[in-house]
Amino acid sequence: MSDILTPVLTSRWAQENSWTLETYERTGGYRAMRTALAGHPDQLIQLCKDSGLRGRGGAGFPTGMKWSFIPQGGEGAGAKPKYLVINADEGEPGTCKDIPTMMADPHSLIEGCIITSYAIRANFCAIYVRGEALHPIRRLRAAVAEAYAQGYLGTDILGTGFDLEIVVHAGAGAYICGEETALLDSLEGRRGQPRLKPPFPATAGLYASPTVVNNVETIASVPYIVAGGAEWFRTMGSEKSPGPKIYSVSGHVERPGQYEAPMGITLRTLLELAGGMKDGIPLKFWTPGGSSTPMFTAEHLDVPLDFEGAAGAGSMLGTTAVQVFNETVSVPWAVMKWTEFYKHESCGKCTPCREGTYWLVQILERMVHGEGTESDVETLLDVCDNILGRSFCALGDGATSPITSGIKYFRQEFLDLIAEQPAVARPEQLADVELTGAPA
Amino acid sequence: MSERAMSGFDELTHVRAKEVIARYPVARSALLPLLHLVQSVEGCVSQDGIRFCAELLDLSTAEVSAVATFYTMYKRTPCGEHLVSVCTNTLCAALGGDDIYRRLSERLGVGHEETAGEPGTTGSLTLEHAECLAACDLAPVIQVNYEYFDNQTVESAERLVEALQRGEKPHPTRGAPLTDLRTVELELAGFTEDPTVAAAAVAGNSAAPETLRGTMIAAERGWAAPAFPDEIPALPEKS
Repeated sequence: MSDILTPVLTSRWAQENSWTLETYERTGGYRAMRTALAGHPDQLIQLCKDSGLRGRGGAGFPTGMKWSFIPQGGEGAGAKPKYLVINADEGEPGTCKDIPTMMADPHSLIEGCIITSYAIRANFCAIYVRGEALHPIRRLRAAVAEAYAQGYLGTDILGTGFDLEIVVHAGAGAYICGEETALLDSLEGRRGQPRLKPPFPATAGLYASPTVVNNVETIASVPYIVAGGAEWFRTMGSEKSPGPKIYSVSGHVERPGQYEAPMGITLRTLLELAGGMKDGIPLKFWTPGGSSTPMFTAEHLDVPLDFEGAAGAGSMLGTTAVQVFNETVSVPWAVMKWTEFYKHESCGKCTPCREGTYWLVQILERMVHGEGTESDVETLLDVCDNILGRSFCALGDGATSPITSGIKYFRQEFLDLIAEQPAVARPEQLADVELTGAPA
Repeated sequence: MSERAMSGFDELTHVRAKEVIARYPVARSALLPLLHLVQSVEGCVSQDGIRFCAELLDLSTAEVSAVATFYTMYKRTPCGEHLVSVCTNTLCAALGGDDIYRRLSERLGVGHEETAGEPGTTGSLTLEHAECLAACDLAPVIQVNYEYFDNQTVESAERLVEALQRGEKPHPTRGAPLTDLRTVELELAGFTEDPTVAAAAVAGNSAAPETLRGTMIAAERGWAAPAFPDEIPALPEKS
């Protein structure tokens, strides 16, 4: 049984000048790379499979399996160049784990990129960072320059004959580019719109060549897996969801922040660590992993926050972006705000998402402004039903999550709002509460 | 008249553009950074800027326009010295982000993507409401030229824009010493003017107390991940 918090990815964050090569190497960095480059690429794919590492970007796909899908050998797709693309387009509402990782410890990501590129036999790696993440871009570029200067990147790395170029690519403001095929289109200099799958990126990704797209936290975990071995990694978390994970706790808690724990920690424990609910105002609803994961309530305090636990309770682990809202927040209002986000970020490629999110916003805004009608709740659910599973990518599906889960747990609040009898204070009223001086 | 003079961009920008293109296996991948480069010169992406990118990448202006209009960071009208982005996504909004945006909008007399003051002059500010800026543990959050100003209130946000309007450059909570939007756009394209300034920028603070909460609690309570083996374990056999 491991400790309640297990800093691995976050273990260097409090070090002085944690982002420098000097600190990284002094604390054990780039040792895993040497071991990895001395082995056969297939051994690394096997190690990643053995570790049970699952993608940290939200979907939880087994990472080693993803790597093994890359065709190798001299024929067909296997003869094409291979690419590694890092998805650092962090923008799912509530999600704030990759940005501090890239700021505090960029070399762990770079070492992970070197090992992964070697495993999948890629010689070009792009780290696609959302453009608004300026300081992480700056730190990553400085770290990449240090790694080149040290001979860890470029041609014939450490005399192994392995070549790797890394480019840190700044995006330009589009949530949809977090969807892996939209990201690839964007990286190719196009509008960031998702592609039809199949073909999957493993066979036809960047420049129609075999490509692995992995999240920052996933690849930053790789050097530790090499250094510790699969068994060590599996001492944390559960059989199907092993390893440590960064939980980002935000909202109405006393001490919001980043908490790295073995997979499967509960909100009850996270709340204890975060000093409890802010000002003692009770919990009303929360998201386990960003706004695209169906919301939970106080009845879910003991749900293990791993892939199986969250799914078993009717939501998804997502990005472990734990957004906590207290009783002062109106659910219809929160749902409206999130829906406005999805409408703004819908890329417009498919009709269910483009039109659906537009009309959902119309209904929700009308409702929150006290002009809802009796049929609105059913209309919302009907529109969601026409988006979920019918849109081109997961953005549309995600857009329905706050609405359907909000109505599932707080239907009466929607109905009361329609009857112009708001069951709870609106956020405007929250400001009044603060003015009257709630105890800090 | 040469093509270069027609496109209105100087020699240095052309050199930089070629450098951006050389980073990628396929030239078109350079389009997003090139649009950042154009914005660093012009303060927005103008029709000239579109043409410049199109010529360099052998694309039509329609193709480049389609890309430029898709992304929120490319502005089509000249921006202020600084870009002030207020997160009004649900969590920031519930903690005061909506109030902050409303107050700044009233105070500056401008709406979303509008500029208070003559664009480009000292103290001119472009305001926008932004979607989630991935700093939710530090909500409500504002970015100025994409540097983080965390844990804001209506009052602190007002003081921030007042200082910016006076021509001051308050230090962000996380990020580099404040410059201006054009300098930052150049940096996004992958260039810095001054190595000393660039080094100082890299060293800008990143570790807020919130960022370190978990590691600090673990240190206090003696919690840690299981120890690594003394020697790196042998890699498994390939299957």
